Amino acid sequence: MSNTPERQQIFLSGVGGQGILFITRLLAETAIYRGYRVLTAETHGMAQRGGVVVSHLKVGAFSSPLIRPCMADILILLKRDNLGQHGIYLRPGGSVIVNSPSNIEGAELFRMDASAAAREIGQPKSMNLVLAGFAVSVLNNNDRMLFCSPDDIRTVLHKKLSGRGKILVDALSAFNQGVCCGERKNNG
Amino acid sequence: MIDKRPQMNTRVLMTGNESIARGLIENGCSMALSYPGTPASEILPAVAKWSKELSLPVHVRWAVNEKIAFETAYAGSIAGLRTAVSMKQVGLNVASDPFMSAAYMGVKGGFIVISADDPGPHSSQTEQDSRMMAMFAKVPVLDPSSPEQARDFMALAYELSEQYEVPVMLRPTTRVCHGGQDIELKEIRAEYRSAELDRDPARWAATPNFRLTLHKKLNEKLSAIAAHTPTGPRLLNPEIRSSKAILASGVAYAHVQEIAKDSGLIDNIAIWQVVQPFPLHKQFIEDALNCYDEILIIEESMPVIETQLAARHMVKGRMSGFIPQAGELLPDIIEEVMRRFCGVSARVVPEPAVAGGQKPRLCAGCPHRASFFASKKAFPNAIYTSDIGCYTLGANLGAIDTVLCMGASIGQASGFYHAFRLSGIYKDIVATIGDSTFFHSGTAALMDAVIQDSRFVLIVLDNSTTAMTGNQPTPACGIDACGAAMPKLAIEDVVRGCGVGFCRIGNPYDLPGFIGLLKEAGAYAQEKGVAVVIARYPCLVDKRSINIKTDRIELRVSDLCNGCSYCINEFECPAMEYDEKNRRAVINKDLCSGCGVCIHVCPSGAIKEVAGNE
Repeated sequence: MSNTPERQQIFLSGVGGQGILFITRLLAETAIYRGYRVLTAETHGMAQRGGVVVSHLKVGAFSSPLIRPCMADILILLKRDNLGQHGIYLRPGGSVIVNSPSNIEGAELFRMDASAAAREIGQPKSMNLVLAGFAVSVLNNNDRMLFCSPDDIRTVLHKKLSGRGKILVDALSAFNQGVCCGERKNNG
Repeated sequence: MIDKRPQMNTRVLMTGNESIARGLIENGCSMALSYPGTPASEILPAVAKWSKELSLPVHVRWAVNEKIAFETAYAGSIAGLRTAVSMKQVGLNVASDPFMSAAYMGVKGGFIVISADDPGPHSSQTEQDSRMMAMFAKVPVLDPSSPEQARDFMALAYELSEQYEVPVMLRPTTRVCHGGQDIELKEIRAEYRSAELDRDPARWAATPNFRLTLHKKLNEKLSAIAAHTPTGPRLLNPEIRSSKAILASGVAYAHVQEIAKDSGLIDNIAIWQVVQPFPLHKQFIEDALNCYDEILIIEESMPVIETQLAARHMVKGRMSGFIPQAGELLPDIIEEVMRRFCGVSARVVPEPAVAGGQKPRLCAGCPHRASFFASKKAFPNAIYTSDIGCYTLGANLGAIDTVLCMGASIGQASGFYHAFRLSGIYKDIVATIGDSTFFHSGTAALMDAVIQDSRFVLIVLDNSTTAMTGNQPTPACGIDACGAAMPKLAIEDVVRGCGVGFCRIGNPYDLPGFIGLLKEAGAYAQEKGVAVVIARYPCLVDKRSINIKTDRIELRVSDLCNGCSYCINEFECPAMEYDEKNRRAVINKDLCSGCGVCIHVCPSGAIKEVAGNE
């Protein structure tokens, strides 16, 4: 199965409390906005209390909500420690986006210290959106196929948070912070 | 007749639980009841949301437990209304008594029992299969493979239920409940009926003699349902002639379908979705055993379909051992099983990494952490029984010895008291139970402990919410599922009403005071009987409680810190981190809630409140 914008499997991983559900749903709603079918699988319950949580997002013609090992086109890691556990989901030639304060030796991936960037703009809890902005932008800018552009996400954020005033403004600013960083970034 | 069409044909992202709720709303459900439990918790709030948004006449309520939720919704059905009850699989254990009888008596208005299973288990005590409970009760069960199908099955379920006057179970699993899909909203064409009671004591109050008649009638209904066309098995690839076939149900079918397409097996082997695993369609059983030489059955989590195919030598599945007999059937497992069954070589994938990484913990500032710490300080050598909820994570703190099922902390405390008394040993025994769990199944146990003259301390961890499942209100909140005011109960009144002589309320954030209160309770328990302490402080992640959290302070770790890490390892506060360079604890300000409990916890007294001028 080759990777096309019409058929993409994205694996997201982090720990409870980082807001992984929010960005999974944001990406899924953006896929619907672009006219694609979508399937997701979320983690609820006990694990949400700070344990390891994952989301599966499949854009296009799929029937199973789960991604099999070596099938993910994109891996988005909100916590770098999860790389060892969830790296097996990535297909050969797939892209890894990771939130990490320091470089990760020997791995070809797109890294950003999204936690620090979120703190810088006074929104430590918006690391998820910063990393989402970084992911969408860096994938678009490095000829990695993705089903959406930063503008698509902004449109959906406007729809999703319309009438929410400061919450929308903050969400956009966090997302844009990540996008800016992604525009400066090359693979490595 | 209410006719509400969605504004336009747009597809919206919906979880399986929202789709199930949407199915109820689209099909005119008048009463929906539930008790929260992962993975079913979000069904009722979604019913509440739509009934409120569309001003529909639906009674939407959290019940005190699943048994009562069941009985309430079932009464609505006897009165001719379309109703539903939703719960997690272990909730059905609690509701199993009315479930078994309701099968015999049957229904008037359509009645759907939604029991969500959790293969894995991800957030449950067992991997039990509710379809097996349906078979046990002799009730038909539908097994959706996706959120969209879950919504669509609600119409099938109501028709089935009304046509045969029988309760119908919908059995989603975690992957359906917490899956998401783009779904097109259908119009709501609901006829809300007037309640009527068709007085028939031989049916609704049947004595054993009449029960036999009802049982025979139920068997006749089941025979007819085993020939009910709309819920019959569906063949994915009718053009294929093969000697082997795969039968799958639930989300396992969704995995099978995708793997078959990816691997090309779809061109070689007949693939069936079993929509109604019980009763399995009679003609289908005959045809399948005649047409195929070998049948692979892929289902979660127990062999319900497999059991009904009598020709054992032809059938492979979980019972035959061809498929692992425990754990979730993840798609990589299913792929391997399908390839083995079809004689195709396996796809080479790396070994799945061992589960690991950060384990779940109580949140920073969680009042339960303070309660558990106080419990260990006041009763260092006690037996600690506990219960189901966030606070089960108190096991990390060494403050829990046993967790069995909802409400068991109290019965077990009672049992341990008498077991040790018989041996002449009088130990401290401390039970911990959450507020919602106390209402759910703690009260009967507490009454029983009083009359058995058991001696222990019960700490009711009252955070004013059902936290673990997403902060649903408890009976003490005075808020219904739609957010409106409703009558409320006070835990202390209920405790005293159960006959308990010692009932005091304390704030666990006041650690020294709370430890003192527990010691008083302990002294009372040794002398007189059950003593109850209500540890009252609101959950920090509950949005409704934000206004009362005003007592926050800023904290720092002073030079007195010797790096012993007690606050990290024993108190396990996520906001406490170890600074390798300076070899001492530091506070992560992004996570710290400012509860200040750690000031009393640090053995060196190194954690201080930041003074105004610092």
